Amino acid sequence: MKLMKSLFAATAIVALAAGAAQGKQLVYCSEASPAHFDPGPLTGGNDFDATSHAIYNRLVEFVPGGTEVAPALAESWEISEDGLEITFKLRPGVKWHTTPYFTPTRDFNAEDVVFSFERQWKEDSVWYNYLEGMTWDYFQGMDMPKYLKEIVAVDDLTVKFVLTEPNAPMIANLAMDFASIVSKEYADKLEADGNLAAFSTQPVGTGPFMFVDYQLDTVIRYQAFADYWDGKQPIDDLVFAITTDPSVRAQRLLAGECDIMPYPAPADIAQLQNDPNLTVMEQEGLNIGYMSYNVTEPPFDNVNVRKALTMAIDKAAIIEAVYQGAGQDAKNLIPPTMWSYNDAIPADEYNPEEAKRLLEEAGVTDLTTDLWAMPVSRPYNPNAQRVAELIQSDWAAVGVNANIVSYEWTEYRERGKQEDRKGPFQIGWTGDNGDPDNFFATLFSCSAIGVSNYSMWCNDEFEALIQEAKTTSDQEKRAELYTKAQEIFKAEEPAMTLAHSRVFMPMKKTVLNYKMSPLGNHSFKGVDIQE
Amino acid sequence: MLNFILRRLALIVPTVIGISLCAFFFVRVLPGDPILAMAGQHGVTPERYEILREQFGYNLPIWQQYLDYLGNVLQGNFGVSLSTKRPVLTEFMALFPATIELALVAMLFAVAVGIPAGIFAAVKRGSWFDQFTMGVALTGYSMPIFWWGLLLIIFFSGYLGWTPVSGRISLTFFLRPITGFMLVDTLLYGNWPAFVSALRHLILPAIVLGTIPLAVIARQTRSAMLEVLGEDYVRTARAKGLSPRRVVNVHALRNALIPVVTTIGLQVGLLLGGAILTETIFSWPGIGKWMIDSISKRDYVVVQSGLLLIALIVMAVNLLVDVLYAVINPRIRVK
Repeated sequence: MKLMKSLFAATAIVALAAGAAQGKQLVYCSEASPAHFDPGPLTGGNDFDATSHAIYNRLVEFVPGGTEVAPALAESWEISEDGLEITFKLRPGVKWHTTPYFTPTRDFNAEDVVFSFERQWKEDSVWYNYLEGMTWDYFQGMDMPKYLKEIVAVDDLTVKFVLTEPNAPMIANLAMDFASIVSKEYADKLEADGNLAAFSTQPVGTGPFMFVDYQLDTVIRYQAFADYWDGKQPIDDLVFAITTDPSVRAQRLLAGECDIMPYPAPADIAQLQNDPNLTVMEQEGLNIGYMSYNVTEPPFDNVNVRKALTMAIDKAAIIEAVYQGAGQDAKNLIPPTMWSYNDAIPADEYNPEEAKRLLEEAGVTDLTTDLWAMPVSRPYNPNAQRVAELIQSDWAAVGVNANIVSYEWTEYRERGKQEDRKGPFQIGWTGDNGDPDNFFATLFSCSAIGVSNYSMWCNDEFEALIQEAKTTSDQEKRAELYTKAQEIFKAEEPAMTLAHSRVFMPMKKTVLNYKMSPLGNHSFKGVDIQE
Repeated sequence: MLNFILRRLALIVPTVIGISLCAFFFVRVLPGDPILAMAGQHGVTPERYEILREQFGYNLPIWQQYLDYLGNVLQGNFGVSLSTKRPVLTEFMALFPATIELALVAMLFAVAVGIPAGIFAAVKRGSWFDQFTMGVALTGYSMPIFWWGLLLIIFFSGYLGWTPVSGRISLTFFLRPITGFMLVDTLLYGNWPAFVSALRHLILPAIVLGTIPLAVIARQTRSAMLEVLGEDYVRTARAKGLSPRRVVNVHALRNALIPVVTTIGLQVGLLLGGAILTETIFSWPGIGKWMIDSISKRDYVVVQSGLLLIALIVMAVNLLVDVLYAVINPRIRVK
């Protein structure tokens, strides 16, 4: 009987698929399976591509291909004079997806907004822990509990965010994936059915594509949402073909099995660029690979020693050897595409003679130190082991003896945070929301020591500037403060800023209107395919 | 016969306990903290970390964690994946058919090519065919799977365009799984083009996965045949004036097959090991790729339960082989 039912259902789906197959289909060879389909607790870029960018919307969103914030589910917003209240006017007439497992009875409203955040925030909500051992990583990581006092539904189409203190990056935070708006009505239905877990496997959103099916580790299918508030998408079907190996992804693209793919292996880029049917788009990544000196440990507590060690490193050679044409020298902590980038800062000079002199002057002779190398490849540093070897040989030339140390990735980060850590530590960061605060405060504020400030650097002047910038709403004024902060950073050298990497996106020439996001996500909103 | 099976079943109990102990403790010896691995680039507050440790029971003494785990497993509860939050058994059951389908087709390929090749090599001992076949078998045996897979993809899919690069079926077919076996499902749907597509997708992964077993089977068949062909009863059969074909097929082969069947049984365990690499190269959604992904995510629960489930399957196959062995060779039952 069960088999008969399955067959019947399957026949219906085949019939449906046969109909859909006549439309335009875009196949994206994605790099990994999403953990599930609720963007709130997720953390991986591939998770967000499959959830928040396809299925959901946020109050505000980053413009395609940029880091500026634009209206989305909120048509407009106002910030009170004291900076403590942000009032959003919501877009009327926004429809929720109608799926085989849920039929909405009402449009999107303020209740949905309040629910979307309170489920991540209020521990007494049944949704706070609806999956075993879940964490709301981004909601916590962006310090939302610290800055939020309450979220009030003023009326159906007005929501007020009341803050504990002014916070300029808040609007950018609300454009991030974790802030995706989910349906309160759907959540209530699942709660009544006693089937909370379905919230993560059968998603309902307001976004450009509706979820159709997911076959574990194989394929995700979406269908363009006909009633999407911003108009139906040019393509009819979106397919994520999960292909973990980068060389196999490239072969699939070359063979025409997919239309577009992320993260090609550096070795494959030339072949993809030479294929007459393909285009390889490229862009600066919103990231930084750097090496933190522990400024509380001698001799790295001496700024001249830090400068000398940086000066002894041939960064250009490292970038050439390790990034293979996909890296750019980093003179600041933030990448050049980000507003407030201070271009007046001179690039780090490579001068082993001067480095030797500075070290001698500081009384440092026969220095032996640990040099930390990440065990994994990251976009901001594809091979930290190789970088460490090159630094080791550069330092040997100025009389510094480095022992390369490495641990398993989570263990590595844990040990790196310890305040008595010995030796410089390679690490990096990929921006979350395009706001400079997301780099400066996250990585080098005093309160980040023991969390993500691997230099244990707490500089009063720098701290005052970034804290002021955080509470100032005027962007020009903020840019001024961050520009100054970059000068102090360079003068103090708490870390050697190594490189920003470039990101490549190969696709068929028939793929139209694709825009690469500097934030590293992959959204197919507005993308068309030439037939 | 029943006694024999019961005896073999009784042996499985200590083996399962041993394997569960190994799986449980090996995973915990691996460096890295699963809670921190779950948390991503922002980390997790110390308070939340403690709450989660308690929730997962990582604060308990390790022996108690193990006993709790074993108790749950005995009730059929293999735990919930730390990353996807789905029950491990559900994920395993969803992915296992893909692995079995691939392993079966690979084994079929290995047996269908390996046994005849071994027989011919033995019958034509010392000929160019023998030397060529055994040379190829040795090469196949020493072939690194990852490299071999990529080479085949680049040549057959990339250069010649004869076979698909990866996946289980063309994306133009949208079939919800019924049994999970793609070949069976496409037939159940009565969708002939989909069946052909599924078959085409199986060719390269099955060849890659079947290469090493093929080499082993061919060599084993050859040496077993050579041994049997030298026996007195074969000489007698020849002396009786039976045709060479009948001597080989009826008298020699049946006896030569006994060690070959054992070899095939042993290859199943290796096949599941090889599946891990093959599945990774071909984006084949089976348990091998699932395990690799889970190890890198420090998903303790999936790794330990996955190992246990795979071990159970291998043991079941070995039991089956032992029984089959006893059927072919009655002397085993008596011993």
